[in-house]
Amino acid sequence: MSFEKFLFYAFSAVLIFAAVMVITRRNPVHSALYLVLAFFASAGVWLLAEAEFLAIVLVLVYVGAVMVLFLFVVMMLDVDQAAMRAGFIKMLPVGILIGLLIAGEIFMVVGPGTFGLDQVAAPERLPADAQNTAVLGSLLYTVYMYPFEVAAVLLLVAIIAAIGLTHRRRGDATKYIDVAKQVSVRKGEDRVKLVDVPSEEKMELK
Amino acid sequence: MIALSDYLILAAILFSLSIVGIFINRKNVIILLMCIELMLLAVNINFIAFSHFLGDAVGQVFVFFILTVAAAEAAIGLAILVVLFRNRRTINVEELDSLAG
Amino acid sequence: MKTIYLLIALMPLAGAIIAGFFGGRIGRAGAHWVTSAGVGISAALSLYVLAGFVGGNIEPFNGSVYTWMVSDGLTMEIGFLVDELTAMMMVVVTFVSFCVHIYTIGYMADDAHNWPKESLAGKNSYQRFFSYISLFTFSMLMLVMANNFLQLFFGWEAVGLVSYLLIGFWSVRPTAIFANLKAFLVNRVGDFGFILGIAAVAMYFNSLDYAEVFAQAPGLADKQITLWGDHSWSLMTVIGILLFIGAMGKSAQVPLHVWLPDSMEGPTPISALIHAATMVTAGVFMVARMSPIYEFTETALTFILVIGATTAFFTGLIGLVQNDIKRVVAYSTLSQLGYMMVALGVSAYAAGVFHLMTHAFFKALLFLAAGSVIIGMHHDQDIRNMGGIKKYMPITWITALLGSLALIGFPGFSGFFSKDAIISAVSHSQIAGSGYAYVLVVLGVFVTALYSFRMYFLVFHGEGPRDEHAKAHLHESPKVVTIPLILLAIPSVFVGMFTVGPMVFGDWFKNAIFVLPEHDTLGAIGYQGVGWFLGHGFMTAPLYLALGGLGVAYYIYMKKPEIADKAKDMAGPIYTLLDKKYWVDEIYQAVFAGGSRGLGKVFWFVGDRVLIDGLVVNGAAKSIGWFATVVRHLQSGLLYHYAIAMSLGLLLLLTWFVIL
Repeated sequence: MSFEKFLFYAFSAVLIFAAVMVITRRNPVHSALYLVLAFFASAGVWLLAEAEFLAIVLVLVYVGAVMVLFLFVVMMLDVDQAAMRAGFIKMLPVGILIGLLIAGEIFMVVGPGTFGLDQVAAPERLPADAQNTAVLGSLLYTVYMYPFEVAAVLLLVAIIAAIGLTHRRRGDATKYIDVAKQVSVRKGEDRVKLVDVPSEEKMELK
Repeated sequence: MIALSDYLILAAILFSLSIVGIFINRKNVIILLMCIELMLLAVNINFIAFSHFLGDAVGQVFVFFILTVAAAEAAIGLAILVVLFRNRRTINVEELDSLAG
Repeated sequence: MKTIYLLIALMPLAGAIIAGFFGGRIGRAGAHWVTSAGVGISAALSLYVLAGFVGGNIEPFNGSVYTWMVSDGLTMEIGFLVDELTAMMMVVVTFVSFCVHIYTIGYMADDAHNWPKESLAGKNSYQRFFSYISLFTFSMLMLVMANNFLQLFFGWEAVGLVSYLLIGFWSVRPTAIFANLKAFLVNRVGDFGFILGIAAVAMYFNSLDYAEVFAQAPGLADKQITLWGDHSWSLMTVIGILLFIGAMGKSAQVPLHVWLPDSMEGPTPISALIHAATMVTAGVFMVARMSPIYEFTETALTFILVIGATTAFFTGLIGLVQNDIKRVVAYSTLSQLGYMMVALGVSAYAAGVFHLMTHAFFKALLFLAAGSVIIGMHHDQDIRNMGGIKKYMPITWITALLGSLALIGFPGFSGFFSKDAIISAVSHSQIAGSGYAYVLVVLGVFVTALYSFRMYFLVFHGEGPRDEHAKAHLHESPKVVTIPLILLAIPSVFVGMFTVGPMVFGDWFKNAIFVLPEHDTLGAIGYQGVGWFLGHGFMTAPLYLALGGLGVAYYIYMKKPEIADKAKDMAGPIYTLLDKKYWVDEIYQAVFAGGSRGLGKVFWFVGDRVLIDGLVVNGAAKSIGWFATVVRHLQSGLLYHYAIAMSLGLLLLLTWFVIL
């Protein structure tokens, strides 16, 4: 067994172990942490497949941003763990049965008989100075320019949507500045308010 | 040498595990979201494997976009979760049946 | 010549279009001028054509004007066949129509009274009426001038359509609407047979052109066809009877006669037009035109003969008990149409067409005279309320007397020649059913005289109108009414004696009418001049029966009016039978109207309510609703149910993919 293959099996084992832990942990925080582990392991697998840029992105973006967001939400919400676990055992056999069926069927399609080394030869190793990032970048910024921009817009929409969903209007207690109102102020009546003050009645002296 | 089928079988196991996760954690929306992340990860492994074995970087471009969409999805899903919790004080899926026909 | 024929046909159409579409703009005077001028030009040109034929300087014309389409060798075109028969019909149609146009100016002058105030239909009704009668003339001209079956059918249907419009002209009266619907529906029954006949012609002759069909007719005389089962029919008989069914509808023969009396709901001028010159004569004309076909089928001729004789006698009897002045004349029309059919049935086509012509004149005259009386009586049509009108309306009285004498066949009047020719022809006929027909037509003469002069005496003689108010206002009608009466009275009296020789016994129709030698009943009479024919009339029974009828009418209604009431009491059941018109209307109402209503109800309930509404429409909705209530339970609204369903779906898809 070559070292490369050893690495692959090691990462795979870690990945599968982490995945199993993700779906079986009682505490969602643990699940999230095991998911981080799973991401790390799969980043290793991706490195073996010579997708260095994406492996780094997975770690930086997924682990660094998305998973932190998960953890943040999980910790913020006060979740009743016991209720969440109800029916866990009951559904376990069914879930395993379905999972085995699906896995088995996928094996039948993609097993070594179809995609083994005899069918698809392993590619040549890229030279040490191969630039995965440059290749991806030249594709993204030329052929896939429009999809790339659409993806950017999609992220923007996601940002706006997330803010719009979670933003909470505060009651009258909090004072805040409404920029739109400030801008739309007109000269004259909006700026200066003239108030008629009744003059004091003259006191009648007796 | 690592065969293409090794990658694909790894992805298949990961995918099946996430389906099992959906079955057994059917009440916890957070775990459900995590399972979906796992599924996408499995799909991404497939893309990268094929990209590697066919020598075509386009598969990686796809993974790039999938990551983008997955990030957006996670952000919005969590936002919905927060709003849901704020309104119902629970994220128990069993109690969320206002769509019942 | 083609231009002249086109002008004859199209002038009334032009008048109708102008008066119909621009009636509001050209006003009442404009409408009656333009239509009368159109028909007048047609009449003048028709007279010119007829004169040409008489003088022998016009040859029969047969040519197409416009080819509409050619389909699989079957040419459909518009064309004219103008021979002696057509020329005569053209003159009759346009002349009577012209008189009716002029008469209408007077009759419809105060038509506004007949409409509710502010009624939209009453707006420009005067112009519309003129447009309709001009269109009627055009339709009839297209019918008689046709040189092919398609155009004949066009004219046939157009006449039916305009008659529908005219009978229901006063569309605010329920009775008028009922009558025009009845006329249209009864005509549909006949037209169905007619179009089947045309279809049979097109199928076996592979042509719609008269000349081609007639040329092939002798060759196909013995052809047998099977309609259903193994029974074979003579092709000619099938075509002849089918075409005649159409004629039964248009010419109101028993049992399709029921629409004609009801058509009296229309204004009187159109009664004159329908009964005298257009519409009802179409059937007679058609059979005469088709003589090359009918000559080869004695079965169809017998059929015509029996139907015609039955109509002639039994509808005349009904005329005896009618009290509406127009209905008496209407039943007389039915009876006279029966005579024409009898003539056709014994192959005396010339006599039938001759009677058609004389009848057109004196029946139009009688109708217009009746209309004139009705104007005088302020639209009271009951003859029991009339009497002594001859003092007040001398011209109407004289012309009506002349018309009645012509109708009963008084010697020397035109009706005498035509009717006597028919009866003599029947007596010489050897065809099956001629004995039955002879008895009925001879008795019919007596009946005709009786009802005609019953009406005449009741209306014009005796004590003055019962209603003093009506009496005070009774006066002669205006000139536009009386001039057509005089115009029509002239041919009613004289046309017979001058034309009977050449038309009936001469060779006037040699180009148009074909008679087999063994059917030549007119030739068997042995005509020897007008004087001889007059003398011949005095030797036979019909003349004395007519005079007898006249005498009886005089005795009963002038001398001993109480006899009429006594007779009514004595012949109670018969009177009721006649008064109810043999219950034909009631039977039709019960059997056909009731039957189709019943059938409709069954279809409505079973087909509509149960099958379509219940099973298809509501059934679909109900089954969807039921399905939805079942499927609804799948929509638990629980997220993990959907997730699980999705996973299972994925599993199924995968399985399918793997197995296949």
